[in-house]
Amino acid sequence: MKIITFIQTENNKINPMSLEALCASQKICESSNGENHIVVFDSELAKELQKYKSSSIIVIKNNQLENYNPLYYLEAMNQINNQINPDLHVFAHSYETRDWVPRLSAKLDIPFISDCTNYNFDSKLSVSRPIYNAKLNQEIQIESSKAIISFQAGSFSKDNLTLEESTINTNISCDLNSVQDLIKPGDKFQESAGGVDLTSAELILSIGRGIGKEENIPLVQDLANKINAQIGASRPVVDAGWLEHSRQIGSSGQTVSPKLYFSVGISGAIQHLVGMKGSKYIMAINKDPNAPIFEIADYAIVGDVLEIIPKLTESL
Amino acid sequence: MKICVLIKQVASEDSPLIINSDKSGIESDGINLITNEPDTYALEEALLLKEQSDGEVVICSLGPESCNQVIKDALAKGADRAIHIVSDNHDKLSPLNIAKTIYEKIKPENFDLILSGLQSNDFGFSQIGIIISELLNCSHASLVMGTEILSDSTIKVKRELENGWFQWSELNLPASLSIQSGINEPRYSTLKGIMSVKNKPVDSCNSSDIVSNLDNGYSLKEVSIPVKTKETIKIEGSTDEIVEEMINVLKNNIKVI
Repeated sequence: MKIITFIQTENNKINPMSLEALCASQKICESSNGENHIVVFDSELAKELQKYKSSSIIVIKNNQLENYNPLYYLEAMNQINNQINPDLHVFAHSYETRDWVPRLSAKLDIPFISDCTNYNFDSKLSVSRPIYNAKLNQEIQIESSKAIISFQAGSFSKDNLTLEESTINTNISCDLNSVQDLIKPGDKFQESAGGVDLTSAELILSIGRGIGKEENIPLVQDLANKINAQIGASRPVVDAGWLEHSRQIGSSGQTVSPKLYFSVGISGAIQHLVGMKGSKYIMAINKDPNAPIFEIADYAIVGDVLEIIPKLTESL
Repeated sequence: MKICVLIKQVASEDSPLIINSDKSGIESDGINLITNEPDTYALEEALLLKEQSDGEVVICSLGPESCNQVIKDALAKGADRAIHIVSDNHDKLSPLNIAKTIYEKIKPENFDLILSGLQSNDFGFSQIGIIISELLNCSHASLVMGTEILSDSTIKVKRELENGWFQWSELNLPASLSIQSGINEPRYSTLKGIMSVKNKPVDSCNSSDIVSNLDNGYSLKEVSIPVKTKETIKIEGSTDEIVEEMINVLKNNIKVI
Protein backbone atom coordinates (compact mmCIF):
# COMPACT_ATOMS: atom_id res chain seq x y z
CA MET A 1 0.00 0.00 0.00
CA LYS A 2 1.08 3.53 -0.63
CA ILE A 3 0.68 5.29 2.69
CA ILE A 4 0.78 8.88 3.90
CA THR A 5 1.37 9.23 7.64
CA PHE A 6 0.62 12.63 9.07
CA ILE A 7 2.78 13.80 11.96
CA GLN A 8 1.05 16.30 14.23
CA THR A 9 3.23 19.00 15.74
CA GLU A 10 2.62 21.78 18.21
CA ASN A 11 4.87 24.16 20.16
CA ASN A 12 7.93 22.87 18.30
CA LYS A 13 7.24 19.33 19.43
CA ILE A 14 6.22 16.15 17.67
CA ASN A 15 3.01 14.76 19.12
CA PRO A 16 4.02 11.41 20.68
CA MET A 17 0.76 9.81 19.53
CA SER A 18 1.81 10.53 15.95
CA LEU A 19 4.98 8.50 16.47
CA GLU A 20 2.85 5.59 17.64
CA ALA A 21 0.77 5.94 14.47
CA LEU A 22 4.01 6.03 12.47
CA CYS A 23 5.01 2.76 14.09
CA ALA A 24 1.70 1.28 12.89
CA SER A 25 2.12 2.64 9.37
CA GLN A 26 5.70 1.33 9.17
CA LYS A 27 4.35 -2.12 9.97
CA ILE A 28 1.48 -1.86 7.47
CA CYS A 29 3.96 -0.66 4.86
CA GLU A 30 6.20 -3.63 5.55
CA SER A 31 3.43 -6.24 5.47
CA SER A 32 1.97 -4.80 2.26
CA ASN A 33 5.38 -4.22 0.70
CA GLY A 34 4.44 -0.62 0.03
CA GLU A 35 5.59 2.94 0.46
CA ASN A 36 5.22 5.13 3.51
CA HIS A 37 5.53 8.90 3.15
CA ILE A 38 5.57 11.09 6.23
CA VAL A 39 3.84 14.47 6.00
CA VAL A 40 4.81 17.21 8.43
CA PHE A 41 4.15 20.96 8.45
CA ASP A 42 7.22 21.91 10.51
CA SER A 43 10.58 21.89 8.71
CA GLU A 44 12.66 21.86 11.92
CA LEU A 45 10.86 18.83 13.30
CA ALA A 46 11.16 17.11 9.91
CA LYS A 47 14.89 16.75 10.69
CA GLU A 48 14.04 14.91 13.90
CA LEU A 49 11.85 12.54 11.92
CA GLN A 50 14.71 11.65 9.57
CA LYS A 51 15.90 8.92 11.90
CA TYR A 52 12.71 6.91 11.36
CA LYS A 53 12.33 4.69 8.34
CA SER A 54 10.09 6.13 5.63
CA SER A 55 9.97 6.43 1.85
CA SER A 56 10.26 10.21 2.18
CA ILE A 57 9.41 13.05 4.53
CA ILE A 58 7.18 15.55 2.79
CA VAL A 59 7.61 18.95 4.36
CA ILE A 60 5.16 21.72 3.61
CA LYS A 61 6.38 25.08 4.76
CA ASN A 62 3.63 27.65 4.74
CA ASN A 63 2.86 30.43 7.22
CA GLN A 64 -0.78 29.39 7.26
CA LEU A 65 0.18 25.96 8.59
CA GLU A 66 2.31 27.16 11.51
CA ASN A 67 -0.63 27.14 13.86
CA TYR A 68 -3.42 24.63 13.51
CA ASN A 69 -6.39 25.77 11.49
CA PRO A 70 -8.63 22.95 10.22
CA LEU A 71 -9.45 24.53 6.86
CA TYR A 72 -5.81 25.20 5.95
CA TYR A 73 -4.72 21.74 7.07
CA LEU A 74 -7.56 20.28 5.04
CA GLU A 75 -6.63 22.07 1.83
CA ALA A 76 -2.92 21.29 2.27
CA MET A 77 -3.66 17.59 2.75
CA ASN A 78 -6.07 17.64 -0.18
CA GLN A 79 -3.32 18.97 -2.45
CA ILE A 80 -0.73 16.54 -1.09
CA ASN A 81 -3.20 13.72 -1.66
CA ASN A 82 -3.67 14.76 -5.26
CA GLN A 83 0.09 14.83 -5.88
CA ILE A 84 1.04 11.62 -4.04
CA ASN A 85 -2.16 9.66 -4.65
CA PRO A 86 -1.89 7.34 -1.62
CA ASP A 87 -4.06 4.30 -0.89
CA LEU A 88 -4.09 5.00 2.80
CA HIS A 89 -3.84 8.00 5.12
CA VAL A 90 -2.71 7.23 8.68
CA PHE A 91 -3.26 9.56 11.64
CA ALA A 92 -3.02 9.44 15.42
CA HIS A 93 -6.53 9.61 16.89
CA SER A 94 -5.88 12.91 18.63
CA TYR A 95 -8.35 15.70 19.34
CA GLU A 96 -6.84 17.55 16.41
CA THR A 97 -7.42 14.59 14.09
CA ARG A 98 -11.00 14.36 15.33
CA ASP A 99 -11.39 18.03 14.49
CA TRP A 100 -10.32 18.09 10.84
CA VAL A 101 -9.87 14.60 9.38
CA PRO A 102 -13.64 13.91 9.06
CA ARG A 103 -13.65 16.87 6.65
CA LEU A 104 -10.83 15.22 4.69
CA SER A 105 -12.96 12.09 4.45
CA ALA A 106 -15.80 14.14 2.97
CA LYS A 107 -13.53 16.16 0.69
CA LEU A 108 -11.80 13.10 -0.76
CA ASP A 109 -15.02 11.07 -0.57
CA ILE A 110 -13.26 8.12 1.05
CA PRO A 111 -14.09 6.29 4.30
CA PHE A 112 -12.44 7.33 7.56
CA ILE A 113 -12.19 4.51 10.08
CA SER A 114 -11.33 6.30 13.28
CA ASP A 115 -10.03 5.17 16.66
CA CYS A 116 -8.43 1.90 15.54
CA THR A 117 -6.38 -0.16 17.98
CA ASN A 118 -4.89 -2.76 15.67
CA TYR A 119 -4.61 -3.90 12.06
CA ASN A 120 -4.17 -7.04 10.05
CA PHE A 121 -2.92 -7.24 6.48
CA ASP A 122 -3.81 -10.24 4.36
CA SER A 123 -4.07 -9.03 0.75
CA LYS A 124 -6.54 -6.48 2.16
CA LEU A 125 -6.18 -4.24 5.20
CA SER A 126 -8.41 -4.92 8.20
CA VAL A 127 -8.53 -2.81 11.30
CA SER A 128 -10.10 -3.41 14.69
CA ARG A 129 -11.63 -0.74 16.86
CA PRO A 130 -13.52 -0.61 20.15
CA ILE A 131 -17.29 -0.10 20.14
CA TYR A 132 -19.86 0.31 22.94
CA ASN A 133 -17.33 2.10 25.16
CA ALA A 134 -14.73 -0.59 24.56
CA LYS A 135 -16.97 -3.39 25.80
CA LEU A 136 -16.79 -4.96 22.31
CA ASN A 137 -14.49 -4.81 19.30
CA GLN A 138 -15.37 -4.63 15.64
CA GLU A 139 -13.15 -5.75 12.82
CA ILE A 140 -13.51 -3.82 9.58
CA GLN A 141 -12.04 -4.82 6.22
CA ILE A 142 -11.28 -1.98 3.88
CA GLU A 143 -12.71 -2.67 0.42
CA SER A 144 -12.31 0.70 -1.27
CA SER A 145 -9.08 1.58 -3.04
CA LYS A 146 -8.52 4.55 -0.73
CA ALA A 147 -9.20 5.09 2.95
CA ILE A 148 -8.20 7.00 6.06
CA ILE A 149 -7.50 5.37 9.43
CA SER A 150 -6.52 6.75 12.83
CA PHE A 151 -4.94 4.89 15.74
CA GLN A 152 -5.88 5.32 19.37
CA ALA A 153 -3.17 6.41 21.81
CA GLY A 154 -1.17 3.51 23.18
CA SER A 155 -2.12 1.05 20.42
CA PHE A 156 1.46 0.93 19.20
CA SER A 157 4.66 1.88 20.94
CA LYS A 158 7.11 4.45 19.66
CA ASP A 159 9.84 2.22 21.13
CA ASN A 160 9.13 -0.19 18.26
CA LEU A 161 9.74 2.33 15.48
CA THR A 162 12.11 1.12 12.78
CA LEU A 163 15.15 3.35 12.58
CA GLU A 164 16.71 4.13 9.20
CA GLU A 165 17.79 7.45 7.72
CA SER A 166 14.99 9.06 5.67
CA THR A 167 15.25 11.82 3.11
CA ILE A 168 13.35 15.07 3.16
CA ASN A 169 11.27 16.00 0.14
CA THR A 170 10.44 19.68 -0.22
CA ASN A 171 9.18 19.43 -3.79
CA ILE A 172 5.52 19.12 -2.95
CA SER A 173 3.89 22.50 -2.96
CA CYS A 174 0.59 23.75 -1.67
CA ASP A 175 -1.24 26.89 -2.64
CA LEU A 176 -3.53 27.83 0.21
CA ASN A 177 -4.71 31.20 -1.11
CA SER A 178 -8.12 29.86 -1.99
CA VAL A 179 -8.93 28.82 1.59
CA GLN A 180 -11.81 30.81 3.07
CA ASP A 181 -11.27 32.25 6.54
CA LEU A 182 -14.44 30.76 8.02
CA ILE A 183 -12.67 29.64 11.21
CA LYS A 184 -10.41 31.96 13.20
CA PRO A 185 -8.73 30.08 16.05
CA GLY A 186 -7.62 32.25 18.96
CA ASP A 187 -4.69 31.81 21.32
CA LYS A 188 -4.42 28.63 23.34
CA PHE A 189 -4.68 28.98 27.10
CA GLN A 190 -4.78 26.89 30.27
CA GLU A 191 -7.44 27.40 32.91
CA SER A 192 -5.10 26.97 35.85
CA ALA A 193 -1.79 28.74 36.13
CA GLY A 194 1.41 26.69 36.22
CA GLY A 195 0.65 23.53 34.30
CA VAL A 196 2.26 20.26 35.29
CA ASP A 197 3.89 18.20 32.57
CA LEU A 198 3.32 14.58 33.44
CA THR A 199 4.34 13.24 30.05
CA SER A 200 7.96 12.74 31.07
CA ALA A 201 7.29 11.48 34.61
CA GLU A 202 8.79 8.09 35.52
CA LEU A 203 6.37 7.45 38.36
CA ILE A 204 2.79 8.65 38.52
CA LEU A 205 0.50 8.20 41.47
CA SER A 206 -2.96 8.92 40.18
CA ILE A 207 -6.01 9.69 42.26
CA GLY A 208 -9.61 8.79 41.45
CA ARG A 209 -13.01 9.27 42.99
CA GLY A 210 -12.36 6.26 45.26
CA ILE A 211 -10.29 8.51 47.50
CA GLY A 212 -13.65 9.64 48.89
CA LYS A 213 -13.09 13.29 49.70
CA GLU A 214 -10.69 16.16 49.16
CA GLU A 215 -9.37 15.87 52.74
CA ASN A 216 -7.90 12.45 51.90
CA ILE A 217 -5.66 13.75 49.11
CA PRO A 218 -2.71 14.46 51.48
CA LEU A 219 -2.57 10.73 52.28
CA VAL A 220 -1.63 10.06 48.68
CA GLN A 221 0.57 13.14 48.54
CA ASP A 222 2.62 11.75 51.46
CA LEU A 223 3.20 8.52 49.58
CA ALA A 224 4.08 10.44 46.40
CA ASN A 225 6.70 12.44 48.32
CA LYS A 226 8.19 9.28 49.74
CA ILE A 227 8.54 7.44 46.42
CA ASN A 228 9.25 10.58 44.42
CA ALA A 229 6.16 10.28 42.23
CA GLN A 230 4.12 12.90 40.42
CA ILE A 231 0.44 13.20 41.29
CA GLY A 232 -2.10 12.57 38.52
CA ALA A 233 -5.89 12.55 38.60
CA SER A 234 -8.96 11.23 36.85
CA ARG A 235 -11.57 13.58 35.42
CA PRO A 236 -14.12 13.37 38.31
CA VAL A 237 -11.44 14.44 40.81
CA VAL A 238 -10.54 17.45 38.68
CA ASP A 239 -14.19 18.29 37.98
CA ALA A 240 -14.80 18.28 41.74
CA GLY A 241 -11.95 20.77 42.14
CA TRP A 242 -9.81 18.52 44.36
CA LEU A 243 -6.82 18.75 42.02
CA GLU A 244 -5.93 21.16 39.23
CA HIS A 245 -6.84 20.39 35.65
CA SER A 246 -3.21 20.17 34.59
CA ARG A 247 -2.95 16.90 36.53
CA GLN A 248 -5.78 15.25 34.64
CA ILE A 249 -4.89 12.11 32.73
CA GLY A 250 -7.03 10.78 29.91
CA SER A 251 -8.47 11.92 26.62
CA SER A 252 -9.28 15.39 27.93
CA GLY A 253 -6.05 15.60 29.93
CA GLN A 254 -2.54 14.34 29.40
CA THR A 255 -1.45 11.09 27.78
CA VAL A 256 1.27 9.52 29.86
CA SER A 257 3.50 6.47 29.67
CA PRO A 258 5.58 6.31 32.86
CA LYS A 259 7.53 3.33 34.09
CA LEU A 260 4.92 2.88 36.80
CA TYR A 261 1.36 4.13 36.80
CA PHE A 262 -0.03 3.58 40.27
CA SER A 263 -3.75 4.27 40.32
CA VAL A 264 -5.54 4.85 43.58
CA GLY A 265 -9.31 4.62 43.58
CA ILE A 266 -9.68 4.99 39.82
CA SER A 267 -12.31 2.74 38.22
CA GLY A 268 -10.94 3.21 34.71
CA ALA A 269 -13.44 4.71 32.26
CA ILE A 270 -12.24 4.33 28.66
CA GLN A 271 -11.52 8.08 28.49
CA HIS A 272 -9.06 7.61 31.34
CA LEU A 273 -7.54 4.37 30.05
CA VAL A 274 -6.54 5.84 26.70
CA GLY A 275 -4.42 8.36 28.58
CA MET A 276 -2.36 5.86 30.56
CA LYS A 277 -2.55 2.39 29.08
CA GLY A 278 0.84 2.86 27.42
CA SER A 279 2.49 2.82 30.87
CA LYS A 280 5.16 0.16 31.32
CA TYR A 281 3.68 -1.13 34.59
CA ILE A 282 0.24 -0.47 36.00
CA MET A 283 -0.57 -1.06 39.66
CA ALA A 284 -4.15 -0.41 40.72
CA ILE A 285 -6.02 -0.28 43.99
CA ASN A 286 -9.80 -0.20 43.90
CA LYS A 287 -12.50 -1.57 46.13
CA ASP A 288 -14.61 -2.79 43.19
CA PRO A 289 -13.19 -6.09 41.85
CA ASN A 290 -14.95 -5.47 38.52
CA ALA A 291 -13.39 -2.04 37.95
CA PRO A 292 -12.21 -1.81 34.31
CA ILE A 293 -8.80 -0.58 35.48
CA PHE A 294 -8.02 -4.16 36.54
CA GLU A 295 -8.41 -5.30 32.91
CA ILE A 296 -5.19 -3.52 32.03
CA ALA A 297 -3.38 -3.64 35.38
CA ASP A 298 -0.23 -5.70 35.94
CA TYR A 299 -0.80 -5.70 39.67
CA ALA A 300 -4.32 -5.58 41.07
CA ILE A 301 -5.19 -4.86 44.67
CA VAL A 302 -8.84 -5.10 45.64
CA GLY A 303 -9.16 -3.17 48.86
CA ASP A 304 -9.65 0.05 50.75
CA VAL A 305 -7.39 2.83 49.54
CA LEU A 306 -7.62 4.65 52.87
CA GLU A 307 -6.29 1.63 54.74
CA ILE A 308 -3.59 0.53 52.33
CA ILE A 309 -2.04 3.84 51.32
CA PRO A 310 -1.12 5.19 54.80
CA LYS A 311 0.20 1.76 55.77
CA LEU A 312 2.33 1.62 52.64
CA THR A 313 3.74 5.11 53.24
CA GLU A 314 4.55 4.17 56.81
CA SER A 315 6.27 0.92 55.83
CA LEU A 316 8.55 2.43 53.20
CA MET B 1 -31.01 31.39 15.08
CA LYS B 2 -32.27 28.37 13.30
CA ILE B 3 -30.61 25.42 15.01
CA CYS B 4 -30.50 21.75 14.06
CA VAL B 5 -29.60 19.17 16.70
CA LEU B 6 -28.44 15.74 15.55
CA ILE B 7 -29.65 13.08 17.93
CA LYS B 8 -28.89 9.38 17.87
CA GLN B 9 -30.67 6.56 19.62
CA VAL B 10 -28.25 4.10 21.22
CA ALA B 11 -28.20 1.19 23.65
CA SER B 12 -28.04 2.34 27.26
CA GLU B 13 -24.89 1.78 29.30
CA ASP B 14 -26.50 -1.04 31.30
CA SER B 15 -27.92 -2.93 28.31
CA PRO B 16 -26.69 -6.52 27.91
CA LEU B 17 -24.39 -6.71 24.89
CA ILE B 18 -24.77 -10.19 23.43
CA ILE B 19 -23.09 -10.81 20.10
CA ASN B 20 -25.54 -12.18 17.53
CA SER B 21 -25.09 -15.52 15.75
CA ASP B 22 -23.49 -14.14 12.57
CA LYS B 23 -21.23 -11.90 14.66
CA SER B 24 -22.40 -8.82 12.76
CA GLY B 25 -23.59 -6.94 15.81
CA ILE B 26 -25.50 -7.39 19.04
CA GLU B 27 -28.82 -9.07 19.85
CA SER B 28 -31.58 -6.48 20.05
CA ASP B 29 -33.45 -8.40 22.77
CA GLY B 30 -33.20 -6.75 26.15
CA ILE B 31 -31.56 -3.61 24.78
CA ASN B 32 -32.80 -0.44 26.41
CA LEU B 33 -32.75 2.32 23.78
CA ILE B 34 -32.03 5.86 24.94
CA THR B 35 -30.80 9.19 23.62
CA ASN B 36 -27.03 9.12 23.13
CA GLU B 37 -25.87 10.92 26.27
CA PRO B 38 -23.45 13.38 24.59
CA ASP B 39 -26.35 14.48 22.34
CA THR B 40 -28.35 15.61 25.37
CA TYR B 41 -25.72 18.31 25.96
CA ALA B 42 -26.02 19.40 22.33
CA LEU B 43 -29.80 19.69 22.70
CA GLU B 44 -29.47 21.67 25.94
CA GLU B 45 -26.97 24.05 24.32
CA ALA B 46 -29.37 24.57 21.39
CA LEU B 47 -32.24 25.34 23.76
CA LEU B 48 -30.06 27.81 25.69
CA LEU B 49 -28.98 29.51 22.47
CA LYS B 50 -32.59 29.74 21.34
CA GLU B 51 -33.55 31.38 24.63
CA GLN B 52 -30.89 34.04 24.03
CA SER B 53 -31.60 34.79 20.42
CA ASP B 54 -35.04 33.45 19.61
CA GLY B 55 -35.48 31.17 16.64
CA GLU B 56 -36.13 27.51 16.19
CA VAL B 57 -34.65 24.21 17.38
CA VAL B 58 -35.13 21.29 15.01
CA ILE B 59 -34.22 17.72 15.91
CA CYS B 60 -32.82 15.44 13.24
CA SER B 61 -32.44 11.74 13.91
CA LEU B 62 -31.50 8.93 11.54
CA GLY B 63 -32.53 5.47 12.64
CA PRO B 64 -35.36 2.94 12.85
CA GLU B 65 -38.99 3.58 13.86
CA SER B 66 -37.98 3.26 17.51
CA CYS B 67 -36.23 6.63 17.25
CA ASN B 68 -39.71 8.11 17.74
CA GLN B 69 -39.04 7.93 21.44
CA VAL B 70 -35.82 9.97 21.51
CA ILE B 71 -37.46 12.48 19.17
CA LYS B 72 -40.45 12.81 21.52
CA ASP B 73 -38.12 13.27 24.48
CA ALA B 74 -36.30 16.09 22.71
CA LEU B 75 -39.56 17.76 21.68
CA ALA B 76 -40.79 17.50 25.28
CA LYS B 77 -37.67 19.30 26.47
CA GLY B 78 -38.44 22.21 24.16
CA ALA B 79 -37.39 21.50 20.58
CA ASP B 80 -39.89 22.90 18.07
CA ARG B 81 -40.07 20.19 15.45
CA ALA B 82 -38.24 17.14 14.18
CA ILE B 83 -36.98 15.36 11.12
CA HIS B 84 -36.90 11.59 11.33
CA ILE B 85 -34.89 9.90 8.60
CA VAL B 86 -36.14 6.35 8.92
CA SER B 87 -33.44 3.78 8.29
CA ASP B 88 -33.42 0.16 9.36
CA ASN B 89 -29.81 -0.43 8.43
CA HIS B 90 -28.38 2.68 10.06
CA ASP B 91 -25.91 0.57 12.02
CA LYS B 92 -24.47 -0.74 8.74
CA LEU B 93 -23.90 2.73 7.24
CA SER B 94 -20.51 4.42 7.39
CA PRO B 95 -20.23 7.82 9.08
CA LEU B 96 -19.68 9.38 5.64
CA ASN B 97 -22.89 7.85 4.28
CA ILE B 98 -24.94 8.78 7.34
CA ALA B 99 -23.62 12.33 7.06
CA LYS B 100 -24.39 12.48 3.32
CA THR B 101 -27.95 11.34 3.95
CA ILE B 102 -28.53 13.88 6.73
CA TYR B 103 -26.88 16.60 4.63
CA GLU B 104 -29.18 15.99 1.66
CA LYS B 105 -32.21 16.22 3.93
CA ILE B 106 -31.24 19.30 5.94
CA LYS B 107 -29.54 21.31 3.18
CA PRO B 108 -32.76 23.15 2.10
CA GLU B 109 -33.40 24.21 5.72
CA ASN B 110 -30.43 26.62 5.72
CA PHE B 111 -29.69 26.16 9.42
CA ASP B 112 -27.46 28.72 11.16
CA LEU B 113 -26.12 26.10 13.53
CA ILE B 114 -25.90 22.33 13.54
CA LEU B 115 -25.16 20.84 16.95
CA SER B 116 -24.15 17.27 17.71
CA GLY B 117 -22.73 15.33 20.63
CA LEU B 118 -18.99 14.70 20.52
CA GLN B 119 -19.46 11.01 19.78
CA SER B 120 -21.97 8.20 19.95
CA ASN B 121 -21.73 5.71 22.77
CA ASP B 122 -22.21 2.78 20.40
CA PHE B 123 -19.84 3.06 17.42
CA GLY B 124 -18.04 6.20 18.52
CA PHE B 125 -16.63 7.36 15.17
CA SER B 126 -17.15 11.03 16.18
CA GLN B 127 -17.39 12.29 12.61
CA ILE B 128 -20.96 13.09 11.52
CA GLY B 129 -21.27 16.76 12.48
CA ILE B 130 -17.86 17.60 11.07
CA ILE B 131 -18.41 15.77 7.78
CA ILE B 132 -21.66 17.70 7.39
CA SER B 133 -19.74 20.99 7.74
CA GLU B 134 -17.54 20.00 4.82
CA LEU B 135 -20.53 18.99 2.70
CA LEU B 136 -22.20 22.32 3.51
CA ASN B 137 -18.88 24.13 3.02
CA CYS B 138 -19.32 25.88 6.34
CA SER B 139 -17.27 26.33 9.51
CA HIS B 140 -17.10 23.82 12.35
CA ALA B 141 -15.63 23.32 15.81
CA SER B 142 -15.24 20.15 17.84
CA LEU B 143 -15.23 19.53 21.60
CA VAL B 144 -17.03 22.79 22.26
CA MET B 145 -17.07 23.79 25.95
CA GLY B 146 -18.79 27.16 25.60
CA THR B 147 -20.66 29.27 23.05
CA GLU B 148 -21.20 32.99 22.64
CA ILE B 149 -23.15 34.49 19.76
CA LEU B 150 -21.30 37.55 18.46
CA SER B 151 -23.61 38.65 15.64
CA ASP B 152 -26.04 37.31 13.06
CA SER B 153 -23.10 35.96 11.13
CA THR B 154 -20.51 34.95 13.74
CA ILE B 155 -20.23 32.83 16.86
CA LYS B 156 -17.39 32.41 19.36
CA VAL B 157 -16.77 28.96 20.80
CA LYS B 158 -14.48 27.67 23.52
CA ARG B 159 -12.81 24.45 22.46
CA GLU B 160 -11.18 21.84 24.62
CA LEU B 161 -7.74 20.84 23.33
CA GLU B 162 -5.41 18.14 24.59
CA ASN B 163 -3.28 18.28 27.74
CA GLY B 164 -5.46 20.78 29.56
CA TRP B 165 -5.38 23.53 26.93
CA PHE B 166 -8.35 25.51 25.65
CA GLN B 167 -8.95 27.92 22.81
CA TRP B 168 -11.61 30.40 21.78
CA SER B 169 -12.33 30.32 18.05
CA GLU B 170 -14.45 32.64 15.99
CA LEU B 171 -16.62 30.96 13.39
CA ASN B 172 -18.62 32.34 10.51
CA LEU B 173 -22.19 31.11 10.45
CA PRO B 174 -23.49 28.68 9.45
CA ALA B 175 -21.41 26.43 11.68
CA SER B 176 -21.49 22.83 12.82
CA LEU B 177 -20.46 22.31 16.44
CA SER B 178 -19.73 19.05 18.21
CA ILE B 179 -20.45 19.64 21.87
CA GLN B 180 -18.29 18.29 24.71
CA SER B 181 -20.17 16.54 27.49
CA GLY B 182 -20.46 18.54 30.69
CA ILE B 183 -20.80 21.94 28.94
CA ASN B 184 -24.21 22.49 30.60
CA GLU B 185 -26.78 20.70 32.71
CA PRO B 186 -29.39 19.12 30.47
CA ARG B 187 -32.90 19.96 31.64
CA TYR B 188 -35.69 17.54 32.40
CA SER B 189 -38.91 17.75 30.45
CA THR B 190 -41.88 19.35 32.15
CA LEU B 191 -45.41 18.03 32.11
CA LYS B 192 -46.36 20.97 29.89
CA GLY B 193 -43.52 20.05 27.58
CA ILE B 194 -44.63 16.45 27.38
CA MET B 195 -48.22 17.58 26.62
CA SER B 196 -46.96 19.84 23.82
CA VAL B 197 -45.29 17.00 21.91
CA LYS B 198 -48.42 15.89 20.09
CA ASN B 199 -48.78 19.33 18.50
CA LYS B 200 -45.21 19.47 17.25
CA PRO B 201 -44.56 18.40 13.65
CA VAL B 202 -42.34 15.42 12.83
CA ASP B 203 -41.24 15.16 9.21
CA SER B 204 -40.72 11.46 8.69
CA CYS B 205 -39.01 10.30 5.52
CA ASN B 206 -37.26 7.21 4.28
CA SER B 207 -33.48 7.24 4.13
CA SER B 208 -33.41 5.30 0.86
CA ASP B 209 -35.62 7.98 -0.76
CA ILE B 210 -32.96 10.59 0.05
CA VAL B 211 -29.78 8.81 -1.02
CA SER B 212 -29.60 5.32 -2.44
CA ASN B 213 -26.93 2.84 -3.50
CA LEU B 214 -24.56 3.84 -0.76
CA ASP B 215 -21.28 1.97 -0.66
CA ASN B 216 -19.34 2.18 2.59
CA GLY B 217 -16.02 1.21 1.06
CA TYR B 218 -15.51 -1.30 3.84
CA SER B 219 -17.15 -4.40 5.23
CA LEU B 220 -17.75 -5.46 8.78
CA LYS B 221 -15.96 -8.75 9.38
CA GLU B 222 -17.02 -9.44 12.92
CA VAL B 223 -17.85 -8.15 16.35
CA SER B 224 -15.99 -9.79 19.22
CA ILE B 225 -15.30 -9.54 22.92
CA PRO B 226 -11.93 -7.87 23.52
CA VAL B 227 -9.21 -10.33 24.40
CA LYS B 228 -7.36 -9.45 27.54
CA THR B 229 -3.71 -9.27 26.57
CA LYS B 230 -2.25 -8.54 29.95
CA GLU B 231 -1.70 -11.01 32.73
CA THR B 232 -2.81 -9.44 35.97
CA ILE B 233 -1.22 -10.50 39.23
CA LYS B 234 -3.53 -10.12 42.21
CA ILE B 235 -2.04 -9.00 45.49
CA GLU B 236 -4.25 -10.36 48.24
CA GLY B 237 -4.33 -10.94 51.98
CA SER B 238 -4.53 -8.82 55.09
CA THR B 239 -3.59 -5.13 54.79
CA ASP B 240 -0.16 -5.93 56.22
CA GLU B 241 0.40 -8.77 53.77
CA ILE B 242 -0.78 -6.62 50.86
CA VAL B 243 1.54 -3.77 51.82
CA GLU B 244 4.49 -6.12 52.25
CA GLU B 245 3.93 -7.67 48.82
CA MET B 246 3.43 -4.24 47.21
CA ILE B 247 6.81 -3.12 48.55
CA ASN B 248 8.38 -6.32 47.28
CA VAL B 249 6.92 -5.72 43.78
CA LEU B 250 7.90 -2.04 43.72
CA LYS B 251 11.45 -2.92 44.80
CA ASN B 252 12.21 -6.14 42.99
CA ASN B 253 9.86 -6.42 40.00
CA ILE B 254 9.22 -2.87 38.87
CA LYS B 255 12.38 -1.52 40.51
CA VAL B 256 11.15 1.99 41.19
CA ILE B 257 12.09 2.19 44.86
